[in-house]
Amino acid sequence: MEQLKTIGRELAMGSQGGFYQSKEFLDLVKSIGEARSKAEEDRIVLGEIETLKRRVSEPDIPKRKMKEYILRLVYVEMLGHDASFGYIHAVKMTHDDSLLVKRTGYLAVTLFLNEDHDLIILIVNTIQKDLKSDNYLVVCAALNAVCKLINEETIPAVLPQVVDLLAHPKEAVRKKAIMALHRFYQKSPSSVSHLVSNFRKRLCDNDPGVMGATLCPLFELVSTDVNSYKDLVISFVSILKQVAERRLPKAYDYHQMPAPFIQIKLLKILALLGSGDKQASENMYTVVGDIFRKCDSSSNIGNAVLYECICCVSSIYPNPKLLESAADAISRFLKSDSHNLKYMGIDALGRLIKISPEIAEQHQLAVIDCLEDPDDTLKRKTFELLYKMTKSTNVEVIVDRMIDYMISINDNHYKTEIASRCVELAEQFAPSNQWFIQIMNKVFEHAGDLVNIKVAHNLMRLIAEGFGEDDDSADSQLRSSAVDSYLHILGEPKIPSVFLQLICWVLGEYGTADGKYSASYITGKLSDVAEAYSNDETVKAYAVTALMKIYAFEIAAGRKVDMLPECQSLMEQFLASHSTDLQQRAYELQAVIGLDAHAVESIMPSDASCEDIEVDKALSFLNGYIQDSIEKGAQPYIPESERSGMLNISNFRNQDHHGASSHGLKFEAYELPKQTVQSRIPPATLASTEFVPVPEPMSVRESYPTTIVPSASSDAESTELKLRLDGVQKKWGRQTHSPATSTSSSTSKKTVNGIKQVDGSNTSNSSTWETYDSRKHVEINSEKQKLAASLFGGSSKTEKKPATGHKISKPSSHMVEKSHVRKSSMEIASEKKALVHQPPDLLDFGEPTVQSSDPPSVDPFKELEGLLEPTTQLGSTAAAATNSPDIMGLFTETPGGTHNKDDSDILSSLSKQPVTNMVGGATSTQVAQSSKGPNRKDSLEKDSLVRQMGVTPSSPNPNLFKDLLG
Amino acid sequence: MIKAVMVMNTQGKTRLAKFYEYLPVEKQQELIRGIFAVLCSRAENVSNFIDAESIFGPDSRLVYKHFATLYFVFVFDSSENELAVLDLIQVFVETLDKCFQNVCELDIVFNYSKVHTILDEMIFGGQVVETSSSEIMKAVEEISKSFLYPFLLCLSKKTC
Repeated sequence: MEQLKTIGRELAMGSQGGFYQSKEFLDLVKSIGEARSKAEEDRIVLGEIETLKRRVSEPDIPKRKMKEYILRLVYVEMLGHDASFGYIHAVKMTHDDSLLVKRTGYLAVTLFLNEDHDLIILIVNTIQKDLKSDNYLVVCAALNAVCKLINEETIPAVLPQVVDLLAHPKEAVRKKAIMALHRFYQKSPSSVSHLVSNFRKRLCDNDPGVMGATLCPLFELVSTDVNSYKDLVISFVSILKQVAERRLPKAYDYHQMPAPFIQIKLLKILALLGSGDKQASENMYTVVGDIFRKCDSSSNIGNAVLYECICCVSSIYPNPKLLESAADAISRFLKSDSHNLKYMGIDALGRLIKISPEIAEQHQLAVIDCLEDPDDTLKRKTFELLYKMTKSTNVEVIVDRMIDYMISINDNHYKTEIASRCVELAEQFAPSNQWFIQIMNKVFEHAGDLVNIKVAHNLMRLIAEGFGEDDDSADSQLRSSAVDSYLHILGEPKIPSVFLQLICWVLGEYGTADGKYSASYITGKLSDVAEAYSNDETVKAYAVTALMKIYAFEIAAGRKVDMLPECQSLMEQFLASHSTDLQQRAYELQAVIGLDAHAVESIMPSDASCEDIEVDKALSFLNGYIQDSIEKGAQPYIPESERSGMLNISNFRNQDHHGASSHGLKFEAYELPKQTVQSRIPPATLASTEFVPVPEPMSVRESYPTTIVPSASSDAESTELKLRLDGVQKKWGRQTHSPATSTSSSTSKKTVNGIKQVDGSNTSNSSTWETYDSRKHVEINSEKQKLAASLFGGSSKTEKKPATGHKISKPSSHMVEKSHVRKSSMEIASEKKALVHQPPDLLDFGEPTVQSSDPPSVDPFKELEGLLEPTTQLGSTAAAATNSPDIMGLFTETPGGTHNKDDSDILSSLSKQPVTNMVGGATSTQVAQSSKGPNRKDSLEKDSLVRQMGVTPSSPNPNLFKDLLG
Repeated sequence: MIKAVMVMNTQGKTRLAKFYEYLPVEKQQELIRGIFAVLCSRAENVSNFIDAESIFGPDSRLVYKHFATLYFVFVFDSSENELAVLDLIQVFVETLDKCFQNVCELDIVFNYSKVHTILDEMIFGGQVVETSSSEIMKAVEEISKSFLYPFLLCLSKKTC
């Protein structure tokens, strides 16, 4: 009986076409799904690894079994455990004759191995053989492996076969051969440079699939070298035209769009080819204009094509008519309720404003809405747009906004980026020094550890130099305001190190400059800093130097210096510090204090940080001495250039000079170390070294290479190693960020959502709040209006301060209306809440018509509770949702299948409800569910069970297999 | 170019992971965890795009789609179009659905070698090769058919 069941199950699974898994594997998946903790899961997986280790090394395992073990290994590795002991078995499987086993082998090796793995050498031969196979499925499998496993060295081994396959009768093979060739090109352009023409040839392939695939390598080729592909403009345009006119087979239609993915690729290529080329661009205008007209903006893919058109239009030589259509499309995007479209709209706007900056103004309110949107992605994109459109007239508003946002997020990566943007904008457009310093202070305060130290140095220089104008009073005002603000900031509990360094430096230079603060006050503050951040050596060093400056200025001014007791104890501590740098600074301070006013003034002149220190390179102070020597009969110094003919010494000297830095091998004899001519050497010896070739250099030559060479080579090695690591990091980014991001987005959301909006959803119940709320809305909106004006509307000094004017006139009345609309939608939102956490039925395209402001719920189990209660308010939401974009309608062509698995089917609602789907959006999913009738709650429970278990078939959820067994 | 395709469930369990540039297993896990952490903190009704640069390095974008208990995640660079990738996910899921007759999470878990086959027909070496779900189906069915014979053989052996 038990056996019969197994067979039945296998039959059920097997009907999927041989991709069958055993009961053991099902059990494994099940137990992992039931695991309650990561530790438990690890335990299970480690047990599985042990079993597999034992099993795979048994002799004479049937192939079928082996195949399953390998798949289990793949699964185990997917869960993050090491399965390297099985790699060799996967490699062996690729040698097998059976296609099924071979394919599994190839699948496993492509997932397990990388192109530099030692085992690859064992596969190359098999790949070579398989590429020549008669069975095209074998060839496909081999090509798949080629893409992943062939590296620069092994390319020549398979290249001829791959090139032959470009003319294979099966289009699937041609397509993959093209991609393989493309991969070779990516890995080593030189190895296939003579084959690039094949890509052009394949562009004319009869099969649209192959042609479409060819666009990928062509896109890459064009982006690296535009000029050699200008001749293809006409071909691309004509292909695009044919595609847009639906000349391709119906199978390539997607949601009633003719081959949209091919259109997108073509538009991308055209954008590259037409960039800055009027003639090429003129060929494109008609077809791009056609696509603009034909595009169905109600579907997602239609919008994708539209977006690509906008990108193309903004890249090619501008055409007023197309720009107009692009601007229209952008405004449709921005007005849409879908966050995705808004995002694309903002992105497209960012591209278009480079060409026609004026179009930003039409969309100012939409942009500001996006800025206040709870969606973090959209917000960031909007900041990117603002960054692009910053001018000296709106820099203050934009940078203020950026800084507020920067403070609110925790994601270090993005914080760094936005901080550096703030700095860049502030440096570029700052309206006043005062403002600049304020902004920099904020940046340092909140992201000090993330900004480049150079930024701090720039700021120091700015404070020291002023703005280059000859207005000393303005400069000193700037400095005293900086000092004021820094003394204030020192009261904060935790200040980033870079910022502290900056503060110490400024306090040291200018703390007492305007006489507002006494030396003892400043020195007290400085020693507080050194004490409070005692584990930061750099800050301490800055503090000590600052102390020294303050004391030096005091002494120079003729005042008596009393070192504060805390300073004294600090100095004692530093004099015995482990850091030699600190010690030296402390000793210097001690020495300076002991000097008289005159000496101190020349050592430490006040406000001289920008003055160049003059170095007398000609050593003119020795002139008298030389004169004496010459009078006593010494030979005068002969400059190098004049000496060159004599013994070619200058050559040696040069080499000697470079030797230290380049570590190159020397093949010529070394000269005796040449002594400096100017002063110390008595004239007699000078002459002898210049003319007499001494035998000694030989020994120098012998010893030199042996000592230098090893260090040089080790040096090279170490840099090479480093380089390789860099490459890896560049591709995939810093790994340390990932944990931080999780907290970041959740917290940022809280702040981003804004209290205002949370208030909004509460108000529908209480009338008192309602009035307050609506007033608040008015205020917000008028503020928003002003913000918009200051962002987009040229120079407007009055608008800069939103708090001053309460002039809510025409524009704001429109905003009031808007706020009402929003509020009524809030009510719907609150009703809808139960529905928002909808059962997982699936193609939940429903782009929300309402921007519901409920805080993000993270707890999946809470959602589950909501799921189990049948929702009753279907009607109201249906009405609310009808005007949402009609995306679902496009799925009606999906043929209905048999629905035996009910609710957890991903597409069930689609195929079941072709008519209601036409209504679109959220409605369709809900209606679909309600129509499932009595079954619904049942299936929901089942689904929730499945969720709780991760995936748990059989015992807790027997329905599944009942379904499967029919 | 597409950098990675991942399918994970709402509890963060990986159901499918395919990286088109080689990465060591630990790194893969770390990325998947990082992505899941971002995904599960996203509110509903927000866009399907995430700035993935902090996780995946420069020039990487991420598009995800939430179906039932699963997140489908595609990571790619600037040579792709976000909205189009969103539809690519749609094509992928539609194909899965055609393949498994109303696909659910369990299908993906138990048949992931088949899911890999489907994905390989769509995305090849990081490039999108096929976007028509019927074409993909055709290819996958051909492969399945070629398996059927040995499968029947082994069945008959069992029953005997």
